[in-house]
Amino acid sequence: MKIAVQSEDFDLNFELTRMRESRKDIGALVSFVGLVRDLNDGDTVSQLTLEHYPGMTEKALQTIVLDATSRWAVLDATVVHRVGSLQASEQIVLVAVASAHRDQAFKACEFIMDYLKTQAPFWKKELTASGERWLDDKDSDHDAQQRWQLP
Amino acid sequence: MKIKIFDFARLKETWKFSSEDLELPDAELSLLKLKGLLAKRSEVWQKMLLGSLKVRGAINHELVDDQALIVDGDEVAFFPPVTGG
Repeated sequence: MKIAVQSEDFDLNFELTRMRESRKDIGALVSFVGLVRDLNDGDTVSQLTLEHYPGMTEKALQTIVLDATSRWAVLDATVVHRVGSLQASEQIVLVAVASAHRDQAFKACEFIMDYLKTQAPFWKKELTASGERWLDDKDSDHDAQQRWQLP
Repeated sequence: MKIKIFDFARLKETWKFSSEDLELPDAELSLLKLKGLLAKRSEVWQKMLLGSLKVRGAINHELVDDQALIVDGDEVAFFPPVTGG
């Protein structure tokens, strides 16, 4: 399991190769990469700045990955989240999950992203033509997280 | 008790501080009561803590609700709902 919060970019192929070569019982490797878009709420975004809570962020991500591991047959997982200033089309986040079969890996990957969005202490600030603005949390993200709750 | 307070994102920008050591007469205190105490500092504090912004709290790096108890040595953080990913 690898959890990293960093300002540097990451290399998807390097991370997937590392996971793939670490063991021979992996049958499915699912990954998600989140990117900076140049348009949000109808405005052109020239820069995105990500702030986080050092110490808590790593712990929250670890808890989320462990929760996923307890619910699905996850063999390995990688979460890399960038902080600092990013430009349009840059990579923000990588979640990669390895399991024996695709169903488990797809579900665990989605679960980790949905929880990361609503539980991990990151905050986005956009720079648009009219200045800087902090983003508000979205109901759709909370709904996406709620659907995983066990009865 | 002595505690340390941190704040992030919009709160940090508005309050213009990122951490503060605080000494309180209480042996323990709920997060809600601490919010109430801090809100008395000024209108700016009150607006952020008790206004329309949804403020989330963490004690020692764990997300908690308003009823959670703070004790000596705790690290308390206030921040807006998270927006990463």
